[in-house]
Amino acid sequence: MRFAYYPGCSLHSTAVEFDISTRAVAPLLGIELVEIPNWVCCGASPTHQRDSILSYALAVANFNKAELVNEQIGVQCASCYNNLRRALFELHHSDEIKKKVEKVAGLDFGNNVQVFHLLDVFRNQIGLEAIKEKVTHPLKGLNVAAYYGCLLTRPPEAVAFDDPEWPTSMDDILQTCGATMVDWPYKTECCGASLALSRTDVVQKLSHDILKMAKTHGADCIAVACPLCHSNLDLRQKSIEKKFAENLELPIFYYTQLMGLAFGLSGKELGLDKLIVNPWKLLEEKGIGSKKS
Amino acid sequence: MARIGVFVCHCGENIASVVDCERVAKISASLPGVTYATDYKYMCSDPGQDLIKSAIAEHNLNGVVVAACSPHMHETTFRKAAQQAGLNPYLCEMANIREHCSWVHDDHEKATQKAIDLVRIMVEKVRRNHPLEPVRVSVTKRALVIGGGIAGIQAALDMANGGIEVVLVEKEPSIGGHMAQLSETFPTLDCSQCILTPKMVEVAQHPNIKLYTYSEVENVSGFVGNFKVTVRKKARSVNMELCNGCGLCTQKCPSRKIPNEFDRGLSNRSAIYIPFPQAIPNKPVIDRDHCIHFKTGKCGVCEKVCGTKAIDFDQQDELVNEEVGAIVVATGYDLYNISMDQPNDKLEGYGEYGYGKYPDVIDGLQFERLLSATGPTGGKILRPSDGKEPKNVVFISCVGSRHNAKGITYCSKICCTYIAKHGMLYKHKVPDGNAYVFYMDVRTSGKRFDEFWRRAVEEDGLVYLRGRVSKIYEQDGHLIVKGADTLSGVAVEVEADLVVLATAIVPQPNIEKLFQNLGISYDEYNFVTEAHPKLRPVESSTAGIFLAGACHSPKDIPESVAQASAAASKALILLSKPELEREPLVAKVNEATCIGCFYCLRACPAKAITEKEIKNRAGEVLRKVSEVNPSVCTGCGTCVSVCFSNSIDLEGFTDEQIYAEINSVIERMSVIQQ
Repeated sequence: MRFAYYPGCSLHSTAVEFDISTRAVAPLLGIELVEIPNWVCCGASPTHQRDSILSYALAVANFNKAELVNEQIGVQCASCYNNLRRALFELHHSDEIKKKVEKVAGLDFGNNVQVFHLLDVFRNQIGLEAIKEKVTHPLKGLNVAAYYGCLLTRPPEAVAFDDPEWPTSMDDILQTCGATMVDWPYKTECCGASLALSRTDVVQKLSHDILKMAKTHGADCIAVACPLCHSNLDLRQKSIEKKFAENLELPIFYYTQLMGLAFGLSGKELGLDKLIVNPWKLLEEKGIGSKKS
Repeated sequence: MARIGVFVCHCGENIASVVDCERVAKISASLPGVTYATDYKYMCSDPGQDLIKSAIAEHNLNGVVVAACSPHMHETTFRKAAQQAGLNPYLCEMANIREHCSWVHDDHEKATQKAIDLVRIMVEKVRRNHPLEPVRVSVTKRALVIGGGIAGIQAALDMANGGIEVVLVEKEPSIGGHMAQLSETFPTLDCSQCILTPKMVEVAQHPNIKLYTYSEVENVSGFVGNFKVTVRKKARSVNMELCNGCGLCTQKCPSRKIPNEFDRGLSNRSAIYIPFPQAIPNKPVIDRDHCIHFKTGKCGVCEKVCGTKAIDFDQQDELVNEEVGAIVVATGYDLYNISMDQPNDKLEGYGEYGYGKYPDVIDGLQFERLLSATGPTGGKILRPSDGKEPKNVVFISCVGSRHNAKGITYCSKICCTYIAKHGMLYKHKVPDGNAYVFYMDVRTSGKRFDEFWRRAVEEDGLVYLRGRVSKIYEQDGHLIVKGADTLSGVAVEVEADLVVLATAIVPQPNIEKLFQNLGISYDEYNFVTEAHPKLRPVESSTAGIFLAGACHSPKDIPESVAQASAAASKALILLSKPELEREPLVAKVNEATCIGCFYCLRACPAKAITEKEIKNRAGEVLRKVSEVNPSVCTGCGTCVSVCFSNSIDLEGFTDEQIYAEINSVIERMSVIQQ
């Protein structure tokens, strides 16, 4: 299975471990990821806040570049996925928008491009059976809260591959990897997203509620599929602990990192050293994974 | 020789704004076989019909083509007019230049050409029409009612009181339907059981009603006035004649942990059970799926304790045949299942509301059982999880309904009013409690319903919050209900002890199989479709089959009863006639050419074809041919298409007519191409 891989800016910078673990896990499941040459911004904030047409034009630029590799595009960043899918939706549904966008981009929009989140690909195209076959080191005893955030499944008509309010694909995958999935209510709550920059206090409150809810439902750690969720929950966890005078200590993994551990990959191969909340105390306690292969 | 009149209708602006009617009439006049043609503003009006009648007399017409709307609309009108002028009504046909032409086209020139073609086609047909006489069939003066809820009960009683023998079939062990489960009814707050049970008793005692409970309609054949129905009487495992309804068996039965359907799982029942105290018939039934005797061959306690020896483990399902002239469908509703397991992939559940996960998240009918004096709590408001009295109750409207993403777009209609009732009754029983209602709109339409919900707010202090609920979860023994109050623009969280979901009203599961068996049409949600949304609201798409209650759309009790009485009176009108006239558009076999392969006999969906023996004078059978019973034939034409020897034709739609219609257009097309 071949995909034109669109990493987006986060996976080349703040979320590099998401990129590393994705590239490590995908080939084991028979997925070939070919990075789109010279990809540009997906059109996410601040572009889509200012001008939706410009945002769609950036998407069309990426689609044109992707077509040289493959018509099926694979994305990991929830925000990139959301933007590219929404652009696709609008372009398919409005000739007027399509014309404007093509003019702005100076490019034609090819109708055959498809955009997939890799979570969708793993869950629905590769399937749980095939994933199960690859599990050599089951995540036994690890209590994981799967956190989907707001962008992955909403707005449902444009992006959803799962139930928009009660998604289960990440739960299914990680359960197949041997983890115990926590039944908790906050899987699609807002983490505060980009208010991290302008209203840190809001993000601290919202992210605190998520961390706290996961903890009270018995989670040892949280799995995410979005770089922004990750940075709010992981990077800011220390300051949240300080502000609310609580000891949370919840490692925040990208779901591909947990898949990789179950497939027997080492911490180094999965970029676990990039996480801010150190996961090794937990992993060693549960007897999962090793730092080096 | 054909002397055909063509009458082109303007239908006010409907046709004339696109089609040049005057030109259509003028060109029609020159078509072969046409003697006279004219146009008029409203052909269906009295002067319009007079125009046709006088033209028939004046020009001695022997065929009429009315170019106007769909024959569904006015064929009967114009055929009657032709008949009044002395013409056989089947010599009058309609060319549809409205629905098939003016309404769907913009280009005036092309539309006018098409209208002329449509007239040309019909003229060619009418040239080959011949007089037909209606088929007369006898009427069985009995009726079948399917479903023993309030709608079925009302329809059965009305028809029985009208002197007609009624067969009432109910799939559950007792009649009563959902109304028997309700506590008090809006807007008067009178007790549901108190107004329903007398009617149930009346059904049981009525000399004109034959009641089959725990029975289902297995098969329906025949046609209006003459339906043949097979009813499956499911094995009750109790001899109804011997049983005196003492109920000792239900008390002694050791298998007692079966969720009670009548209490919607809020209590348990035994394997041999009477659904509820006022059940009709008040005799038990054995639930074979849960009975220890049927599962292991042991036990048999009920058999031992029964004083009248009424337990019959060997009882089998029984098939009974009934003949009726009319059928009323009153199969009622079910509630949308909000959990993630759905009957089909068109519907999606609400994982985020935790129904099935949290025992204190219940649906509206479950709350009715909590309110009811015969319910699991004896009418006290006690929540299912720990039996405590809830002090904060949240009611959520439109769960499933009006929610495109979950698969149901329609409004369930009764919820807004019953939520107000629920909140009100809760406040009467728990005066220091709080009732919150999350709503999208309050739609309490009905006589005195708006006053009713205002009373719930103004007198009983229900708190209405306009917004949707995003999720429900448990925290520290409470249910946290997260939602929005869109009027004040804030997100709200309510710490609730009990959450009641007003889930969407849906048709009974798998009911479409019955509707297919009956041959009636239904919509994408499996609600029965009425023959006309305004003018024929209680008739189904099939003659002789009427509909009542929530099988048609979500309905409250007054509406269901009104519709049931209307359906009953429609059925009574039908059954009051000594015989029925049917359209003579039926298949006819040419015995001279029939080769007796009987392919048609196997193909006929109406079972209208039989074998006929052709004998010589000595009475010896020479050969066998097919014969069509015109009173059973539905005129579908399947036999015509499968006949190898071209020996069957459909009256009114003969091969000769159809080919002439097609040729008339092909000829004109080839002229244009040349």
